[in-house]
Amino acid sequence: MEPFKNHQGLVALLDRVNVDTDQIIPKQFLKRVERSGFGQFLFYDWMHKEDGTKDPEFELNQPRFQGATLLVTRHNFGCGSSREHAPWALADFGFRAVLAPSFADIFHSNCLKNGLLPIVLRDEEIEEIFKRGEQAGYELIIDLEGQQVRDVQGLCFSFDIDQYRKSLLLQGLDDIGVTLQYGDAITDYEQRKKAVYQV
Amino acid sequence: MAPRTLFEKIWDQHEVVAEANKPSLLYIDLHLVHEVTSPQAFEGLRLTGRKVRQPGNTFATMDHNVPTDDPFTVLDPIAAKQIETLVANCEEFGIRLADLHSDDQGIVHVIGPELGLTLPGKTIVCGDSHTSTHGAFGALAFGIGTSEVEHVLATQCLWQKKPKTMLVEIEGQLVPGVTAKDVILGLIATYGVDFGTGHVIEFTGSAVRKMTMEERMTVCNMAIEAGARAGLVQPDETTFDYLRGRPYAPQGDAFEACVEAWKKLATDEGASYDKTIRFDVTTLAPQVTWGTHPGMGMGVDGTVPDPDAMESDVERRAAWQALRYMDLQPGMKMTDVAVQNVFIGSCTNSRIEDLRQAAVVAQGRKVAAGVRAMIVPGSKKVKKQAEQEGLDRIFLDAGFEWRESGCSMCLAMNPDVIPAGERCASTSNRNFEGRQGRGARTHLVSPAMAAAAAIAGRFVDVREVFGAEKEELHGTV
Repeated sequence: MEPFKNHQGLVALLDRVNVDTDQIIPKQFLKRVERSGFGQFLFYDWMHKEDGTKDPEFELNQPRFQGATLLVTRHNFGCGSSREHAPWALADFGFRAVLAPSFADIFHSNCLKNGLLPIVLRDEEIEEIFKRGEQAGYELIIDLEGQQVRDVQGLCFSFDIDQYRKSLLLQGLDDIGVTLQYGDAITDYEQRKKAVYQV
Repeated sequence: MAPRTLFEKIWDQHEVVAEANKPSLLYIDLHLVHEVTSPQAFEGLRLTGRKVRQPGNTFATMDHNVPTDDPFTVLDPIAAKQIETLVANCEEFGIRLADLHSDDQGIVHVIGPELGLTLPGKTIVCGDSHTSTHGAFGALAFGIGTSEVEHVLATQCLWQKKPKTMLVEIEGQLVPGVTAKDVILGLIATYGVDFGTGHVIEFTGSAVRKMTMEERMTVCNMAIEAGARAGLVQPDETTFDYLRGRPYAPQGDAFEACVEAWKKLATDEGASYDKTIRFDVTTLAPQVTWGTHPGMGMGVDGTVPDPDAMESDVERRAAWQALRYMDLQPGMKMTDVAVQNVFIGSCTNSRIEDLRQAAVVAQGRKVAAGVRAMIVPGSKKVKKQAEQEGLDRIFLDAGFEWRESGCSMCLAMNPDVIPAGERCASTSNRNFEGRQGRGARTHLVSPAMAAAAAIAGRFVDVREVFGAEKEELHGTV
C-alpha cells in the first residue's frame, strides 16, 4: 500500500445523505476477479443515463469537479453492502480522502485498508466546506500527520483517527505483515483454546 | 470481575493480543466464504506466498451469482469465471466447499446455521454484510471487506476496535399477520438506518425470547441495516434445541457439555450498555417500505409521508429524491400501490418458516394477472423440506415460480432482475436504488405480505384480508 503523505487537492461536493455502496459501485461490476480497474464504474447508475451517455446533472460530472481528489459528502456514507469494491472504485477514480460527518462501519474500515482516508468532521464543519466548495477550483489540504484539514483561506479543522491506523497509513504498511509478527501469540491462543473450549 | 454482557464475554474469550492504544487482535472461529468477495483475497495470498492458516475454520459456498432456474447453466461468462475461481481456490487452499453439486449448497447465511457451523460464543466473519444473521445464536458475527477476508485466511485473526454496546428491548405481543420481519423493519423505520453505527446490538425482551431461531435470524440479519456492526441474541433452550443433531455441531455428550458452557455466556445481572432502546410491538402493523433505504418504511395501513414535513433540509431532499425514484406521491395509500413482481427469498426470509407463512396465504388462491411471483428457497435443504411438506405444489398451483436456491433477486447479480420502472414486493433486506435492477422499485415486506401482494396485485393488509388463516399466520411471537 502506498504511504499517505500530505495531500492537497480539488474538492468535489456530493450533497447526499446515506449514500450506499450499491450506488458507489453497482452490483453488475462486482464480478471481476481483480482488484484494479473499478474507477470507470464508480457511481455508474448516477453517472450515466439509461442510454449509457454521461448524465450532466450528476455532481461528479460537473466540469468544476473534474480532477477532484477529495470527496465531501453527508451522514452515513458507504452504508449497506460490505463490498470493498466501493473504496477500490473511489481510489481508482482518483480520490485520496472522503470527508463526511459519519461513515458506515464496514466502509470506514475498508477505506483504511486501501489508503483512502475517511475523515469524520462535525456537521457544522462539513457545512462550512460545502459553502466554500462552491468557489471554483476550491482545494483542501489534508495533513494526516497533524490530523488537520486546511484551506489557503485560513480554514483549519482537526480530525480524530485511530493512532494505530494512522501509523500504518503513514508508513503504507500491510496489515497481514504486521499480524504475522504475532504468530506465536496466535499459536498459543489456538492451543489454549483447544484445551478449554472444545468447539 | 465486573458484570459483563454477552458481547463482552465473547470478545474477552477471543482476544489474542490486547495492547494499549491499539485495536485488539481477535481470533476468528468460523470464516464463511463466497464467490464474489473472495477472489482478490486468494489472489493476494498467492502473490505473497501465504497459506490459509486454518482451513478447518473456513467454509465456502456459491450463492450470489448462481442462476436459480438452472444453476449449472451460467450464461454470464464473468459470473461463471467467479464460480470456477472459487472452486479452484478452495481446491488449492484445502477449504471445504458446498458447491453446486452438494446437498449443502445455499445462501451462506442460511447454510451456516442449518449445518450447525454457526454456534453460540463463536466469532464468525464473512465478506458479506448480512453475516450479522448468525448473531441470532449468540455468536459475534459481522461482515468484512475483501482485505479482511485475506487477513483472516492468512492469520485466522482480525484487528478490531472494540465496538460500543446497545441493548434493544423488544416487548409485547404481535397480532397475527405481523412477523419478525415487521419488527425489524418497524424498528429501523422508527430509529433510522444509522442508529446502530459503531455498536453491537443485543436484542432482548419478551418478544425476542418467544421467537424461533429463524425469526431471530431475520431480526439479526437486518441489524446491519440499522448500521450496527452485529446483532446478538442470548442463546437459550430454543437455540440449543435448534442446534442439537446438526451435522457440524458437536454431538451427544460433547454437545451437552457445550450447552453448559454456552449458558455461561448470558449477560450478567447488572451489566451495562452504552445505549438502550425499548421498542413496543403490541400495535405494530405489517410494514412496507416506501423509499430507497430500509428506514423509509411504515405500516401498510399508512400513507406515503410528505417530505416537506420532515425536519432537516438534507432529509427533505433525500425523501423527495426517493419518492421520485419510487414514483410515489405524498399522501398516497400504500394499499393503492400495484406491484408487478413478488420475490420471496434472500438471507432475510428464505427459510422453511418463511415459506410456510407464504404458503398459508397462497393456498387455494391465484397470483394476480400481470404479476410475476417467484419463490427462491434459501438452500437445497430448505427446498427439499418444503417439497416434502407439499409447499411447492401450493405455490405452483397458485402460479408462483418455484426456484433453486441462491441470492437471486435480492441483489440481482444473477439473471433474476426486475425490469426498470416495475415494482417488486420483496422479502429481501435492501431497497436501495437499482438494487434489484436498474430503475427497479423495491418495497421490503414480510413473506406473508409478499404472498398477499402477489394474490391481490397490490399491497394489502394481510391482517384484514385473510381472516380464516389468521391463526396459522400467527408466528410464535
